[in-house]
Amino acid sequence: MPDTNDRTTVTVVLPNALLTLFTGSEPRVEVAASTVGEVFDALEARWPGMRDRLRDSTPAIRRHINVFVDGRRATLDTPLAPGTEVFVLTAISGG
Amino acid sequence: MAQKVTVLIGTKKGVFLLESDTGRRSWALRGPFCESWPINHVIADPATGILYGGGGNEWFGPAVWKSTDLGASWTHSSEGLTYGEGEDSIKSVWSLAPGHGGLYAGVEPAGLFHSDDDGQTWRDIPGLRDHPSRPEWQPGAGGLILHSLVPHPDDRSQVWVAISAAGVFHTVDGGTTWEARNQGTRCDFLPEEQRYPEYGQCVHCLVAAPGIPDRLYQQNHCGMYRSDDGGRTWDSIEAGLPSTFGFPAATHPREADTLYLVPLNGDVAGRFMPDGKTAVWRTRDGGATWADLRDGLPQENAYLGVLRQALATDPLHPVGVYFGTSSGALFASTDEGDTWTCIAQHLPAISSVETLVVDA
Repeated sequence: MPDTNDRTTVTVVLPNALLTLFTGSEPRVEVAASTVGEVFDALEARWPGMRDRLRDSTPAIRRHINVFVDGRRATLDTPLAPGTEVFVLTAISGG
Repeated sequence: MAQKVTVLIGTKKGVFLLESDTGRRSWALRGPFCESWPINHVIADPATGILYGGGGNEWFGPAVWKSTDLGASWTHSSEGLTYGEGEDSIKSVWSLAPGHGGLYAGVEPAGLFHSDDDGQTWRDIPGLRDHPSRPEWQPGAGGLILHSLVPHPDDRSQVWVAISAAGVFHTVDGGTTWEARNQGTRCDFLPEEQRYPEYGQCVHCLVAAPGIPDRLYQQNHCGMYRSDDGGRTWDSIEAGLPSTFGFPAATHPREADTLYLVPLNGDVAGRFMPDGKTAVWRTRDGGATWADLRDGLPQENAYLGVLRQALATDPLHPVGVYFGTSSGALFASTDEGDTWTCIAQHLPAISSVETLVVDA
């Protein structure tokens, strides 16, 4: 586990619909990352394949995935301060 | 040894499996699988018994799902299923076919991938998208999709694909170069003097006849066709059918002259069964003559649609024929189409139907 006092450690909250796709994945996880893109890279390292579920080949966050940082929708380049909570959410979609 | 028949059903909300013994009188339904993702095509590799489901989720993108235990558990992967950073993002997987020592996948936007590790990783076959006609390919109502895959049964260097609305393409060099194979198929949606272009046809479904590799059939947006030269030329076989429009086509597992189609009432007329009466149409002479098969099918107020991958046969004796509707009903015949029974209903909209027969 990363050191929670590490200046680049952030907390990521993942949606259920994503968790069901990856055995052993957890709803709340701490990773070392300074941008949202790096969060996805860290998730990929833990659960191979997860980055593809959240990011397309633009590269950009998938259209129906929302990532919120400090109450605002983020992009892959959004910088993260130490201790930030990063919320990954599934948008309203489908029928 | 006793055998088990499985009908594999891809739906807008997951995969369902219907299972029976070879008598095919009573069926048990399992599902939904694949986390209720939209699955455009679910197939079985008869050589390995592995099930594959191709689809795409609005949230999480494209993936190929896999089950090595006849549906009890599933995994998914999209590793390598990309045209690369900065290129078009792949929205979903539309078609799957075992062949040539691996597995092919057709995707939206139209392109072709191959896996030689049972669907774990994929590699692009870029020659198809490098075809000079690529900038002019137009999406149909379902998107710019590669929906039909026909690997040559003996020659690993040959594959036919069908793309809406770009037409049929064929490679003889393992995918490096491709040629359009549309001569003789119409584009009724173009000005009259331009209705037979080299490419741009709205092919709906492409299938191969058993035992004759160069015999292909297609259901097109504008007619039904047969080719006896690997798609170089096509002849209309629509005379005797109630319309020129439909989506699926399915061949008999052993008879090259037998083909099943589901003509619908027309592209601007609702795209359902003509007059609200359900029928599958069968030829036993390569399309020269047709018979409508209605016994057991709804003949009143049946405004059913059948999508391009939702008609299939099984390899048993006599052959079973199956089709799924966009209203979630599955009809089956165990006598080559002569009589029919509804074996499931109230499913989500059915995108695809395939079969698998394995030892029980």
